[in-house]
Amino acid sequence: MSVSYAGSIQALKGIDCEIPAGQFVSVVGPSGCGKSTLLRAIAGLIEPTSGTLRVAALAPAAARRQAARLSFVFQDATLLPWRTVRGNLRLPLALRGVARAAQDARIAEALHMVGLNEFADRYPNELSGGMRMRVSLARALVTEPELLLLDEPFAALDDLTRQALNDELLRLWGAQRWTGVFVTHNIAEAVYLSQRILVLGPRPGRVVADVRVPLPAPRSAELRSQAEFARVTGEVADCLRRACA
Amino acid sequence: MKPWSQWLWKVALPPVAFFVLVVAAWQVATAFWQIPAYLVPSPARVVDAARQHADDLASASMMTAAGALCGFGLSLVAGTALGLLFSQSRIIERSIYPYAIFLQTVPIVAIAPLVVMWFGNGFGGVVVVSFILSLFPILANATAGLTSVPPQLVELFEVYNATRWQTLWKLRLPNAVPYLVTGAKTACGLSVIGAIVGEMFAGYGAEGFGLGYLISMNTGNLDTAYAFAAVIASTLLSIAIFVAVTSAGATILARWHTTTTKTSTTP
Repeated sequence: MSVSYAGSIQALKGIDCEIPAGQFVSVVGPSGCGKSTLLRAIAGLIEPTSGTLRVAALAPAAARRQAARLSFVFQDATLLPWRTVRGNLRLPLALRGVARAAQDARIAEALHMVGLNEFADRYPNELSGGMRMRVSLARALVTEPELLLLDEPFAALDDLTRQALNDELLRLWGAQRWTGVFVTHNIAEAVYLSQRILVLGPRPGRVVADVRVPLPAPRSAELRSQAEFARVTGEVADCLRRACA
Repeated sequence: MKPWSQWLWKVALPPVAFFVLVVAAWQVATAFWQIPAYLVPSPARVVDAARQHADDLASASMMTAAGALCGFGLSLVAGTALGLLFSQSRIIERSIYPYAIFLQTVPIVAIAPLVVMWFGNGFGGVVVVSFILSLFPILANATAGLTSVPPQLVELFEVYNATRWQTLWKLRLPNAVPYLVTGAKTACGLSVIGAIVGEMFAGYGAEGFGLGYLISMNTGNLDTAYAFAAVIASTLLSIAIFVAVTSAGATILARWHTTTTKTSTTP
């Protein structure tokens, strides 16, 4: 499938791949290669100009409305400043028409998942950047998604916070096994999190490599210093370098 | 020194001292050059006039306040409603917005007599003039607040299949609140000016009289001290309304948890 924008800028060209349910896939590539465009096409926010894209055997926008429970985590936390943490988690449930009593139970569960119980009644501007992103993750998970799309969610965070949230995400995926599509330009992060990495070349974005990550689960922080981790990271980096050359 | 007394010295004292100085100079100047009272009355005469006509000034202030607050209230309702309409349809916004700007640039003193002719002498005419003058800041800020929602938030709502109504109610309207507060602060001052201009053209007849009437009548009668007192009363009225609106706005903004003041960039 391909995506072009009005005016002849082609963002994605000939993307051809399949992501099985329950897989965690990362998409890496140079800036401006259309990684976010791919994610937004899967979410049904934009339509491919040619080719077919199917989510749960449906066109993305239809899938989002009828079949697949989809959540999206943006680069910024995108919280509503006038709502408390609890109110922000309530938003997607209310939009989906979940009954009030069920909402409270789900919110409590999601808060517990990301360890923000004590901050339920705080407002976003009272939280740190890392905590805001945690709320954003909880908001994505509170609807119990089957497909979770993440658009460089940790790019704006410092390295320690990023690693903590990587572990958090890994743990949540291990427990819930949603299908994850994670866009990042941080190769180590992609290797650490995913079972599979799609490497996109520069504009127009196309898949230049489809790398399996053979690292066993459950993964933990020690993995970062192991030889196998370094080898896979090197392989992905090589692919990327060759694509950009 | 305690912070309180420090504030008194550094913030409150200088303007008060300046005020006393100016009033004293004014009093001395009127006496020294023997300026006739119908040209520039001395402060003492103004205070005298204010004391003598205290009842009339108070009732006129109430009348003007009623007219201004009605005009301001109408602006809040109509400005927000029009902003909602604009936020839902780009084509309606493009069609009507230029005339809203036109309405703002037309000098109010030029159309006030027409308004009085159309809406009649009395309270109605005054409220309409006040409304016309205070509508634009509300409209401009409401429109800006309703349409300048961060695009990612709009996408977030789309991802969760929000209806147009849900996006309006849960995202656009709350996003517009800080903008509306800014608009209201500008509009409330203008509503008083509008009411006074309206009163200069439209009397209340048997219902009573407002500050605008007192200013124009006493200027005409060369009772300048009384006119000055009425001008000062209208200034105090403006300040009172502004302080009330500002503190109400601050209360609302505190609940909104945004630190920045939002404002429209349109003229």
